[in-house]
Amino acid sequence: MYTYTDFDEKFVRERVAQFRGQVERRLEGALTEDEFKPLRLMNGLYLQLHAYMLRVAIPYGTLNARQMRQLAYLAERWDKGYGHFTTRQNIQYNWPKLKDIPDMLDALADVGMHAIQTSGNTIRNVTADHFAGAAADEIEDPRPIAELLRQWSTDHPEFQFLPRKFKIAVTGSPKDRAVTKAHDIGLRMVRNDAGEPGFEVIVGGGLGRTPMIGKVIRDFLPKAHLLPYCEAIVSVYNLLGRRDNKYKARIKITVAENGLDKIRDLVEARFDELRREFSGFDQDLLKKIEAEFTPPTFRDAQLEGYEAYRAANPAFRSWTDTNLDDHRAPGYAIVSVSIKKHGATPGDASADQMRALAELAERYGHDELRISHEQNVILPHVHKSDLPAVYEGLRAADLATANIGLVSDIIACPGMDYCALATARSIPIAQEIAERFDALKLEHEIGALKIKISGCINACGHHHVGHIGILGLDRAGVENYQITLGGNGTETATVGERAGPGFSAEDIVPAIERLIGAYLHIRNDADETFLMTYRRVGLTPFKAALYPEKEAQNAA
Amino acid sequence: MSRPFTPKVLTANDLIEGDAVWLTPRDEWSRNMADAELLEDEAVAQDRLLFAIAQSDVVVGAYLVDAKASDAGPAPVHFREEFRTRGPSNYPHGKQVGA
Repeated sequence: MYTYTDFDEKFVRERVAQFRGQVERRLEGALTEDEFKPLRLMNGLYLQLHAYMLRVAIPYGTLNARQMRQLAYLAERWDKGYGHFTTRQNIQYNWPKLKDIPDMLDALADVGMHAIQTSGNTIRNVTADHFAGAAADEIEDPRPIAELLRQWSTDHPEFQFLPRKFKIAVTGSPKDRAVTKAHDIGLRMVRNDAGEPGFEVIVGGGLGRTPMIGKVIRDFLPKAHLLPYCEAIVSVYNLLGRRDNKYKARIKITVAENGLDKIRDLVEARFDELRREFSGFDQDLLKKIEAEFTPPTFRDAQLEGYEAYRAANPAFRSWTDTNLDDHRAPGYAIVSVSIKKHGATPGDASADQMRALAELAERYGHDELRISHEQNVILPHVHKSDLPAVYEGLRAADLATANIGLVSDIIACPGMDYCALATARSIPIAQEIAERFDALKLEHEIGALKIKISGCINACGHHHVGHIGILGLDRAGVENYQITLGGNGTETATVGERAGPGFSAEDIVPAIERLIGAYLHIRNDADETFLMTYRRVGLTPFKAALYPEKEAQNAA
Repeated sequence: MSRPFTPKVLTANDLIEGDAVWLTPRDEWSRNMADAELLEDEAVAQDRLLFAIAQSDVVVGAYLVDAKASDAGPAPVHFREEFRTRGPSNYPHGKQVGA
């Protein structure tokens, strides 16, 4: 795992010291809010509905036990004892006080973390496949590239005032777990005909009010050209992107308005200039970074104990059925720890839970943890012989919910319970859906299903790419929830289709129940997932289930 | 034609805590909306808004928002403002528990 160099350490400490001075001057009245706001946003500090919110980057979703313990410490020392993991592999603290923020940032710097560029019109936290370095289907660990991009983008003087925010995601697998097609730049590792690894470069994806699936601007970019090529894209966008209208300022609009061919020509021309300036120092740096991401020394051990425990313990068996993925090392598994207990807030972990996760990572997981964009925590390297101990440890921390990828594994943004931009609440809807399907005991029968909820059009809850997406709006002073169907955030990314008029807060959960009831009725067999069924039959039968009165009228 | 003026209160967030606050008739900022001054005249409301904006060493982001009279004092009209008087719905945090 990457550890800060003296340069990183000095840079982050200096930024904290600067911000400490800025906070002092704000509190003394020497800075107005207009002057202070851009400074606090540069350091990840928002003002929300009930309090400030500090957004801390977890670069490419990777952290070690010491860092996780420090996140727990921040939660207890300066917040209300918990943190919220987000869809961009950040953690948010919902209740800090302005005067405490510099101390929080110093405490983060103690473990090589920061909140820089988690807000503002800059290149944000670079996100990655949460199974990076562990997935069986991976070509290469994408995190060294992500770290290179982090170093390049942090405080990059040309890119501090972009037309709008800029998000980059990277995956080392052909299977896309990082939603690369919904990012400003998506990087998907592929091999060329010679078998060399490189990237398919995707540009202009994004959700929000104008959802767009990213377009391939380069089929194959050799790894060595990555930085100048990304710099060329951001550089072209910086000049061409619109600054007259905030809603048309993201690169997805720049690409849509100018056309991919024009953007590609401009990018290639700029790339041609830039590649000469990159004389190789980026490759030297990448080699150093790669050396920090050497895989752990995997061990051999007997699996009889695991198999016997699995046979004897149905709850454990159910958990291994849903919460494990294939690891590239024999005998190992990737453990997804659900932060979605039925009825709890998606993505919220208490300080005690964070410490329990740190402990398990240290004892059984080669000291590695990941945060997924689906708001769960991953133990990427666990030998199967240790799974019973890990499971019992998770159970003790109330973290053993066996629901990964199921109906209650819901993404939900903070919504109007916290967010100043929200138009409706998201969390209570997620809580109610999870509790309802838990009570019905239907979750496992329903199988793979991704429900994603956003509390406003900005789509932090990724509703457009949910198999079932729910968007909370304000309709004439009342919370109203619109449903989209058939969205998908993988390598075959699709934006969901709007099903029809929205539902009130009281009616949305019964509507989801009717929808899923219809799926169970229509599907060919249990192997046909909700998304497969939707793709086969389309919107019509689901619409009939959602709006039975309308259906009755049509029949009359 | 401009829309008829509806009663309003002045609200903002506290500079240090970030907590929702309302402007009282005594020029103070209260954490309890019922203490707010209900502004029923548009010219007065605009005048109070200028006063509030000038208080930037105490509060952040002052704005006028619809409110209605109740026995206890001014009360919210829109659900967003109601949430601001209470706190989040997923935990007993914020004003609903007095913290």
